[in-house]
Order: sequence, then C-alpha cells, then structure tokens
Amino acid sequence: MASVGEYIRGSQIWKSIFRHPAPIDRRNRIVVMLTNFFLHLHPVSIKQQGIALSYTWCMGGITFFLFLAETVTGVLLMFYYRPTLEHAFNDILALRDVTTLGVMREMHRWGAHAMVITVWLHMYRVFLTGSYKPPREFNWVVGVLLLVLTLLLSFTGYLLPWDQLAIWAITVGSNMARATPFLGHEGPGFQLLNIGGFDLITNASDARFILLGGRFVGEMTLNRFYILHCVAIPLVVALLIAIHFWRIRKDGGISQPL
Amino acid sequence: MTHNPDLTSSVIFGLGWLYLLLALMNIWWTARIMKNDPHRDKEAAGWGAYSGLLLMAALAHLTGSSSPQHFYIRMPNFVKEFIDLGAAPVPYFTLTMVLFVGVILLRKWFVKETVGWVLLNMSVLFLTLSMTDYDFRQIVGKPDNVPIVSMLFIVGFFTWLAFKRAVDNDERRAAGRPLFEQEKNDKILVWPDLVYSELICMVVVTVILVAWALLLPAPLEEPASSAQTPNPSKAPWYFLGLQEMLVYFDPWMAGVVLPSMILVGLMAIPYIDFNKLGNGYYTFNERKFAILTFMFGFLPLWVGMIILGTFLRGPNWNFFGIYEPWDAHKLEVLNNVNLSEYFWIYWLQSRIPTAPAGADEFTKIVFILQREWLGLLLCLFYLAVVPFLLAATIFRSFAVKMGFIRFIVFSNLLLFMASLPIKMVLRWSFSLKYIVGIPEWFFNI
Repeated sequence: MASVGEYIRGSQIWKSIFRHPAPIDRRNRIVVMLTNFFLHLHPVSIKQQGIALSYTWCMGGITFFLFLAETVTGVLLMFYYRPTLEHAFNDILALRDVTTLGVMREMHRWGAHAMVITVWLHMYRVFLTGSYKPPREFNWVVGVLLLVLTLLLSFTGYLLPWDQLAIWAITVGSNMARATPFLGHEGPGFQLLNIGGFDLITNASDARFILLGGRFVGEMTLNRFYILHCVAIPLVVALLIAIHFWRIRKDGGISQPL
Repeated sequence: MTHNPDLTSSVIFGLGWLYLLLALMNIWWTARIMKNDPHRDKEAAGWGAYSGLLLMAALAHLTGSSSPQHFYIRMPNFVKEFIDLGAAPVPYFTLTMVLFVGVILLRKWFVKETVGWVLLNMSVLFLTLSMTDYDFRQIVGKPDNVPIVSMLFIVGFFTWLAFKRAVDNDERRAAGRPLFEQEKNDKILVWPDLVYSELICMVVVTVILVAWALLLPAPLEEPASSAQTPNPSKAPWYFLGLQEMLVYFDPWMAGVVLPSMILVGLMAIPYIDFNKLGNGYYTFNERKFAILTFMFGFLPLWVGMIILGTFLRGPNWNFFGIYEPWDAHKLEVLNNVNLSEYFWIYWLQSRIPTAPAGADEFTKIVFILQREWLGLLLCLFYLAVVPFLLAATIFRSFAVKMGFIRFIVFSNLLLFMASLPIKMVLRWSFSLKYIVGIPEWFFNI
C-alpha cells in the first residue's frame, strides 16, 4: 500500500497539481503552506496559544465553515426552488416530502441559525480577549459589518418558504422600516420632506416600500429577498470575509499585540 | 380551553434518553474525579450514587411509558404554580440582573469546575422535568426555538470558560506569575497542528449539522395568507430582543434608532477603549468597565430579551409564565400615562394645552411645544448636559484620557444604551408611557 501511495505522489499528475512533495518533513511542511492556494491563507508558523481551543473557541472558523456549508446547500436548493407565489411554498413542501436529499433544506436552515449563534460567540471571544485593540481596530469594524450581513442573510432567507411563519415574521420585522426617521411614512420628520405641500414620503415611496417592493409583503418582496439572499448579500459577505482574513494576517494573527 | 394531557407515552420515552445522557455524563464525571483526585473518594461516591439514580430514572422512563397518567416523575405542581406566579417582566428582569451581578461578584466561586458541573446538572434537570408540562413543551419544542435553548447552554458555558480563564490570569498577575497565555507560547508549524485541528473541527460540525437536520424537521407552517394574522406575530428569533423593546419605545426608536446605535456603538468600541491592557489574554480585573458594559449589553439585554421575547411573550405580546397556557383572551391592564399628562393634569391640576380648533400650523406647533416642554428639556438635558456631568464626576479620568470628542461619543453611546433600562424602570414604577409624546409628528420617546 505504501508503495502505491508513493507511486501516486511521485506521478506527474500529482506533482502538477500539488507543486510540492508530501508534507512529512519540516521543510515540506513549510513549503506546503506557501505553495497551496487554499493553505496560503495561513501563516507558516503560529503562536501556540493562537490555536488553543480553550482560547479561540474556534467560533470564527466555524462561522466561515458554516458560510461555506450554507453556500453549498443553498446552491443545491436553488435547483429546486422557484421564488414565485405559485411555486415557492409547494417547492419547499416537495423538498420536505418528495425530493431526494431534501434534507438539504434542514441543513440550510439549522446551519443558518447556528451561524448566527457562532458569529455572536466569535465576537464575544474577540471582545473578552481584547483582540480588537490596536492594531486590529478596523478588522473589528469589518467584523461588525459581517455580523449585520449574517443577520440580513438569515432575515431574507426567512421569507423564502412562503408559509405563515415566513411572511408574518418578515411583516413584523419590516414594519420597523415604516418608522424610519425622515424616510418612513410613519417616522418622525417625514412631513418635512415635502414640496409645496406634496409629501415625498408616502406608503408607496418610503424605506419599507423600497425594502418590500410594495406596500405589503407580496410577490415583489419574495423576488427582492430571493435576490438579496442568493446573490447580493453573499457577494458582499464574500468580499468582506476576504478582507477580514487578509487583515488577520496583516495585523499579526488573531490576537496579542504585535 | 381544551385540556391536553401533560404526559404522553412518546414524551416519557423521549425524556428517558435525556436522563440516560445525563446519567452517562455523571458516570464520566465520577470516573474523572476518581482518576484525577483519588482522595476525593467521598465526593466521587456521591456523584456515583447520583448517577445511579439518574440511570434508574432513565430505565423507568424507557420501560414505564405505557401508562402516562400514572407516571410520577414530573415537575411538581407547586413548583409550576410558584414559577408562574412570579411571571411578569419585573421579576424576570430582576432575576436576570441578580444572576448577572451574582456571577460577576462570585466569579471565583462560579468558575470552580464542581460549581459549573452542578449548575449544568441543575439546568438540564430543570429543562427535563419541565418538559413533562404540556405548555412548556409547546413553546420550547417549537423547531425554531430549539437553537435558542441550545444557545442558552452554549452562551452559559462560554461565559463560564471565559471567567475561568480570566480569574486564573488575574490570580497569576496578583502573584507576579506569567499569564496563562504567555506560558508555553512557542511558535509551532501550522501544518500539522492548525490544519488538522481545522479538519477535525469541520468534520465535527458537519456531523452535528447532518444529525440535527436528520432528527429535527425544519418548520413549515400553513401556506402564507395575508388574511390570517397569527397571534402573536413574531419576528425571527434573533430580532426578538428588538421586538421586546417595542413595549417600551415606539418603532422609530426600538426598530431604527436603537439598533443603529447598537451597531455604531459596536464599531466604535476599538476607538473609544483607550485601555492598552488585556490585549490577547483573558482578564477581568484589568478591563472591568469594558467587560461589564459589553456583558451587560450581551447577556441580560440582548440574550435575556431574546429569551423573554421567544418563550415568555404570547398572544397580544402579553407576558406568560413558562407553564402557563397561551390564552389569547388574557387581559392586561394598560393605563400608561405620558409625562405631559403627569405634568399638566396631576401636578398643575390644569388642562393640557391644546391648540384651538381651526388654528394655523404655527400656532399648533407652539401649543405642542408648550405641552411637551418638560419632556423635550429632559431629553436635551440627558444627551447634552449629562455627558458633562459624567465627565466632571465618575468618568473624570475617562474624560481626561479620551479627549473631548471621543468622550462625547462614548458618553452618548452609553446614555443610549442606558435609555432602555431607564425607560423600563420608569414604565414599571410610574406607568410612564412617553417622556415626549408628540403623536402628531410620530415623535414619541
């Protein structure tokens, strides 16, 4: 068996993919970190405490992994789900009762809830170890933005099953936008935005209308939330994650002063 | 209301597995004590006996589930009645604050392993016994609420862990020894140590996620209908703290201004925390103010209010005890009074200033301002004057170290955070509705 492994690792195909010998000695364990696309996110060596589980809780890493899991299960769900009033609910029903691997929906939903919790715990740990202190101030800000986007991802996804739970949770949640100061038609100060006695902010032009694409949660809302959930927010999140990780490296690891 | 049986065969059988898990956990704990500290043999014997009891309970549940009405292991009624008796927002918040302050003050005792283990046992036992109640099961067993129950345990565990590390480090500092994080802090190679940890972590998370997905179906209710409003209508669970704020503030404050201030405040933390200590290690003594403020926001306010909004708010957003049936006809007397009504009617014994019918816009504005002058002045005082009072008194050293602009930002963020508990206390003690109540402009505070 060992010789088969050696044969494969010595083959031209293997070498062309991995660019280095197996990481079994010190030199190649360093080389692998530098030459592998996926591994080069990491430094070559790291302080022992920086990877102790009782110190880091691993919550940031789990959050990222859950984001990947959400992406994979989400893409698979998109093959089955049509975001229209006619089909949305029935497609979810079919995912539950008929579709092979419909359990993807369960994984997607529970993964989303878990991701919200792990983001909070990640922030909790970063705060309690003072890891936002210089030189990592800005990365904390990026982290807060990622927290907001995680909540928005979960919020927009909540509508997609198009059942009672979904539309009323979104109705309650988005009713707040109606009261946005100046920009909501029941918010303080909206009367100031008028031209010659003609209100610019009405229930057909305020913040809630823009969010929902209508005066109430309807087909346009489903469309808007679907696009936000599947395309717009994940793209921004991916960009911010890249910045977040890059800054961890540039700022000298996950914590401790430089 | 229809009467539902508290216990059914399947519930008893299911709880048997929980008792079995608890028994196995405690057998492991007993073995751990016997292995690590042979001289604590009496304590180990106690844990062993307790494990035996749990094992018997598990057996009783797994085999004796055929006659639920004669099953005796259930939450006693007097406990349920006692807990539901105190079911109201004031006792709830008092309890969470007592817990919060208690953990902080008794942290050296709280972080002992035995104490943590006893607390874990007590909370799991409480949950398991409570599951024998029909109404408790209805609310805790809702699929979307399962993550919140697990979050409670997870947040509790990590708070315990963080305090354990912090107390340890504070003792090391006091004794002049190196911090835990500074011992054994050599550089090691990422391959294999970190890369393999990550791989194991991914496998574990995947296993948990798949098992969770297979065991618990995702919720799916009736098809959406804009004609039937469910009562209560709740936002997704992570926003229920914000929805709970609607009890005390109008939507523009609870739904827009305060959440924005939370986010701005979070982002501002690194720029207003001038304390250089506590970077890269757990500590409490070196960052008391920062940790207390953050934990107060996260534990009693954020998590505590999510628990409240999820488990304790029923139809019409009324408060219900954990064993209380959700009765949509429960009446709660709401006679909250505005500050302006207190001022003009109760104190001055006069009428509320009202613009005469047919008055022009300008006159109306003058009358509104006259009516609400006290509340407006108080709010102005709160945001514009109190920061300076703080700077001159309890936060003098902060103000000196932060400089003017940073201190103003810091104190205003702190005052916005404090506005929620302040408004709560005012509501509970004086039935105060609005400090400034100008419904004409949707401007109520």
